[in-house]
Amino acid sequence: MAKFGSALFNRLVIIIPYAWLLFFFLIPFFIVIRISLSETAVAMPPYLPVFDLASGFGGIIDNIKQFSIDNYIWLTEDALYTKAYISSLWIAGVSTFLTLLIAYPVAYGMAQAPNTIRPTLLMLVILPFWTSFLIRVYAWIAILKPEGLLNQLLLTLGVIDQPLIILNTNWAIYIGIVYSYLPFMVLPIYSSLEKMDHSLTEAAQDLGCTPIRAFWRVTFPLSLPGVVAGCMLVFIPAVGEFVIPDLLGGSETLMIGKTLWNEFNANRDWPVSAAVATILLLILVVPIMFFQHAQSKADAEGR
Amino acid sequence: MKSLGSIRRSFAPWTDPKSVPFIAVKNVTKRFGDFVAVDDLSLNIYPREFFALLGASGCGKSTLLRMLAGFEQPTSGEIILDGQSLAGIPPYKRPVNMMFQSYALFPHMTVENNIAFGLKQDGMPKADIAARVDQMLKLVKLDKFAKRKPHQLSGGQRQRVALARSLAKRPKVLLLDEPLGALDKKLREETQFELMDLQQELGLTFVVVTHDQEEAMTMADRIAVMAHGKVVQVATPPEIYEAPNSRFVADFIGDVNIFDGTVSSAGNGTAEIATQTGFTVRVASTEPPAVGAKAGFAVRPEKIRVGRDRPACAPLNAAQGEIWDIGYLGDMTVFHVKLKDGKVIKASSLNAVRAVEDPLGYDQEVWISFDENAGVVLKD
Repeated sequence: MAKFGSALFNRLVIIIPYAWLLFFFLIPFFIVIRISLSETAVAMPPYLPVFDLASGFGGIIDNIKQFSIDNYIWLTEDALYTKAYISSLWIAGVSTFLTLLIAYPVAYGMAQAPNTIRPTLLMLVILPFWTSFLIRVYAWIAILKPEGLLNQLLLTLGVIDQPLIILNTNWAIYIGIVYSYLPFMVLPIYSSLEKMDHSLTEAAQDLGCTPIRAFWRVTFPLSLPGVVAGCMLVFIPAVGEFVIPDLLGGSETLMIGKTLWNEFNANRDWPVSAAVATILLLILVVPIMFFQHAQSKADAEGR
Repeated sequence: MKSLGSIRRSFAPWTDPKSVPFIAVKNVTKRFGDFVAVDDLSLNIYPREFFALLGASGCGKSTLLRMLAGFEQPTSGEIILDGQSLAGIPPYKRPVNMMFQSYALFPHMTVENNIAFGLKQDGMPKADIAARVDQMLKLVKLDKFAKRKPHQLSGGQRQRVALARSLAKRPKVLLLDEPLGALDKKLREETQFELMDLQQELGLTFVVVTHDQEEAMTMADRIAVMAHGKVVQVATPPEIYEAPNSRFVADFIGDVNIFDGTVSSAGNGTAEIATQTGFTVRVASTEPPAVGAKAGFAVRPEKIRVGRDRPACAPLNAAQGEIWDIGYLGDMTVFHVKLKDGKVIKASSLNAVRAVEDPLGYDQEVWISFDENAGVVLKD
C-alpha cells in the first residue's frame, strides 16, 4: 500500500508542473496564435471568427477556413514593427551588456567575501524586490528628471552647469533595466563563482599566471555558465519590457512591448498584437535554445 | 645513533657539515590573527632530497608548504631557496611548483592543455610545448588520455595529470600536498613507489606534506614530525621509528609501549630504570639521564617476546602477565598482555610458520621480555 502510494505520489509530482505548463502556458499560447490568425472586428471579442460550439463540427471547420496570415504579412509591410523589434533587441542587448559589466564585479566580490558575511550580501542583493517594481521605476523618474536628484547633485558639485537630459531617452531605459534586472545577473554568476574550487586560481598562479591572467584563463571561463544564465535572465524579459520604456523612455523610443500595448489598448487590434507577440516569442526562442544548449553542455561536464 | 648507521641510505647530505641546504627555512613564524600556525621554525632541505612534513591536521605543515609556494607570507623569519631569499616573491615567479591535494585540474581544459598551461605562460615555442607535454604524458603513462577532460578520468589518472602538470615546468622543487590522500589503499601503495622512482629519475627535490605516517616512512629520505607549529624531530624514517627523541614522536609514529619510572643506575652505555610497573629495565643508552631522574622507556610491540617460560634475563627486562586479547592479522599476531599491576601492553609476533603447535591462548600466564637494545630511554 505504502509502495503504491509513493508511486502515485511520484507521478503526481511529475504531472503537476506539466499540467501547470499546459494550462497556463501552452493553451494560452495557442489562443494567442489563434487570435493572430483572425481578423479585427468591431465586436466583443474584437475579432472574427468566433468559435461557437453550438454550430457543430461543420461550423468549426468553416471557422478554421476563415483563418489567414494577413496579420503577419501586415507586420512585414509596415517598417514600424521591424524597427521596433530591432530597437528592442538592441536596447535589451546594450542593457544586458551593461548589467553584466556591473553584476560581475559585484558577484565576484560576494564570492570572495568571508563566509560569515555572504548571507548578508545575498540578502542585500535581493532586498529591492521587497518594494514594488513599479514604485522603484517611478523613483527613477524623480532621480533622473532635469530638476531631479541626480542633476541637483551634479549641479551642486559643479560637475555640470546645465541639467543633463536623461529622462525620456534611451539612457533612462538602460539605467532602468540595469537597475531592475541586476539581481537576475548577480545571482547566477555568484552561484557559479561561489562553488569554484579556490585552489584552481592558486594552481594557475603556481604555474606562472599573474592574478589577472589567472582570472581570465581560469576563473572567467569557469563562470561562463553563470554569465550565460544571467544574460538570458536579463535579455529575454528586457526585450519584451513595457513598464520601463513606458515610464522612463521618450516618445521616440521604440520597443516592442510598447508597440504591443498600443495595438492592444489604443487600437483595440487584438489580432495584430497577437501576431506581434507570436513573432516576439519566436525571436526569443533562439536565445533560449542557445541557453538550453549551454546548460546541458555544462551539466554534461559535471559542473 | 651509531647502531643505526648500517640501515641509513648512502644518500645523506645532512650528515655532511660541508653540504649546502637547497631550502633553508630560518626562524619562520606565521600567525593568523591570534593563532600561531608556524612557530619559529627552522629546517634545512638538501638538493635531491625527498622530504616529508608529517603531523596531525592543524600542526602547521600545510601552512609551511604554502609559504614555500608563496601563497602565504611568513609573519617573521625567511625562506631561502637555492641561495635566494623568497621574501616578497609572488607564487607565479617562484621556481617551485605545487601538486594540490584536490589536484586543482582545470575542468575546462583537456589533459594536454592542463599540462601545457604553465609552459604557455612562460611563452615556450609551440613545438617545444608539444614535445614536453608528450614527454610528460609518457612519464605518467597517460599518452592515450591526452584529449580527455579531467571529469572523464579516474581518481588515480587525475592524480597523475596533476603530477605531470606540476612537473612540466621542471621546477627546482616540487611541493606535494597530501598527494595520495584521495586514492584508495592499494593504489596509494603502488603510487608511493612510482613517486619515489620518479623523484630519483628526475633528480628533483620533493617536499611532501602528509598526515599518513606510513606514506612518509615509505617515501621520504627524512621526515620532519611537526606539532603545534614546531618541528619535534627531523630524522630518517629508521631513526624516527627506532630512536624517537620524545614521547610525542614515539607515540605518534607506530605502536609503542611506554613504561614510566626512575633511573636507578647509569653508565657504561646502559641505564637501568625501575618502572612503576614493578620490574627493572636495562637499556642501551649512550647519553643516559642522571640517576634518580624520572624517565620513560619506550619499546615497540614487535620487539617484545611473549612466552610461557621464564626468560633467562629475568628479573631484568621481563615481566609476568596474562594474555588479555589476541588479534590475528595474518602476517602477524598481536597480543595484549595484562601485567600484574593491571597495565596492558602490546606485543606482536611474526607468523613465520603456517601452523604453530599449541599456540598461546586467552587468559594464559605468560612472560614478556625484550633485549637491552630493543627500546629507548625517553627523557621527557
